[in-house]
Amino acid sequence: MKKELKVPLIKNGTVIDHITAGNAVMVLHILGIPKSSSSTVSVAMNVQSKYGKKDIVKVENRELDPKEVNKIALISPKATINIIRDYEVVKKHKVKLPDEIIGLVTCSNPTCVSNVKNEPVESRFKVICKDPARIKCYYCEREPEDIADRII
Amino acid sequence: MSSFLIKMNFRGKDIISIKDFSKKEINYILDQASKMLPFAKGDKFKDILKGKVLASLFFEPSTRTRLSFESSMNRLGGRVIGFSDPSGTSLKKGESLADTIRMADAYSDAIVMRHSNEGAARLAAAFAEAPVLNAGDGAGRHPTQCLLDLFTIRTEKNKIKNQKIVLLGDLKYGRTVHSLSYALALYGADLTFVSPSTLKMPKEVIDECKELGVDPSQTSSLEKAIKDADVLYATRIQKERFPDAEEYNKVVGSYKIDNKLLESAKSNLIVMHPLPRVTEIDPEVDKTPHAVYFKQAFNGIPVRMALLSLVLGGKL
Repeated sequence: MKKELKVPLIKNGTVIDHITAGNAVMVLHILGIPKSSSSTVSVAMNVQSKYGKKDIVKVENRELDPKEVNKIALISPKATINIIRDYEVVKKHKVKLPDEIIGLVTCSNPTCVSNVKNEPVESRFKVICKDPARIKCYYCEREPEDIADRII
Repeated sequence: MSSFLIKMNFRGKDIISIKDFSKKEINYILDQASKMLPFAKGDKFKDILKGKVLASLFFEPSTRTRLSFESSMNRLGGRVIGFSDPSGTSLKKGESLADTIRMADAYSDAIVMRHSNEGAARLAAAFAEAPVLNAGDGAGRHPTQCLLDLFTIRTEKNKIKNQKIVLLGDLKYGRTVHSLSYALALYGADLTFVSPSTLKMPKEVIDECKELGVDPSQTSSLEKAIKDADVLYATRIQKERFPDAEEYNKVVGSYKIDNKLLESAKSNLIVMHPLPRVTEIDPEVDKTPHAVYFKQAFNGIPVRMALLSLVLGGKL
């Protein structure tokens, strides 16, 4: 496992590994970096691994919440989340898209009822394929092609 | 009819999308609609929905769907409240659809609604305890139209499977043709899509048909498609769905069904149209045996009577 960690070890925090090559910047966007924290963040892109090229993001002193993990699963279905405490990987798991995602992505249909401002509803999508991610709006049944651009 | 069908229970069920129903459930609804025919024509009367109130909420204009829903409720002894123009409601004051639905839910036993936003009926169903019947949501779904179209084909042709069915016109924006294509594929019909190149059937609809084992043909030539067809389903090119008038003007009048065209068709070809028509079908066709579009519009009554009685628990 340690062989895969190409950038410096971190004491505490999260290592997001096996990000689809080129998507590290989108992962940073999902995590709200740099706006959301002053943590040290390391990014490695196009790292050669036995499964081909990948990106890695390391965020110090921060553990991700499930919503953030689901968003990462939408753009990098093979990513793994490693929780590091005192230089040790204490938890490692693959991201996994749930069967339904709520409030994470906006519908691509401008006239979908989920895009109407004063209605008390969150966007809701059925996941119809997990890798690569394909989702269908629960309300209007449209399938957005540009998921990455629609992440809230 | 199998015992499984007899036990089918629709009470309280929302009617939002044809895709929410299995073929067996659709057949059951169509069977119920057949039983409703004498009541729909007024030859018989039974007030099986006496004491029930239907909220009829039409946020968008409608002639056939609204009138036939309201007539269906009245013919079964129920009452109707509602509006056909939202300008006289609190929506004008900025009330949300969700709150409007909460109110209608408190005042009625079932809600039928048409709205301009896709997914509006699904939203309404989430806020209402009473069953919600979708009477069209924007360019999205219109399940009761789909059911009455299936009912018409089944009544006129005795079966849907293997019928050669041509869908014509605005296949891109037309809400009826998307759900109808899905439903016809579910029954194993042989589909041909005819449209101007800018108004082709969306890929996802074609993919859905393929997933159901039907590979639709596509052409822009109506003359060729009509030769061996059993059913010609024409749609209006909808001005209101076009982003700009210039695009609309380019395609309006692309196809016209008249007696000359029908000379090359089978004698038992039926011509259907969800109406309103503008220039797609020449009025001279009305007098021919091909024309079933007015009968089709009437079929909205038995089908909607069947649905209302099923969701409200009325039994013949």
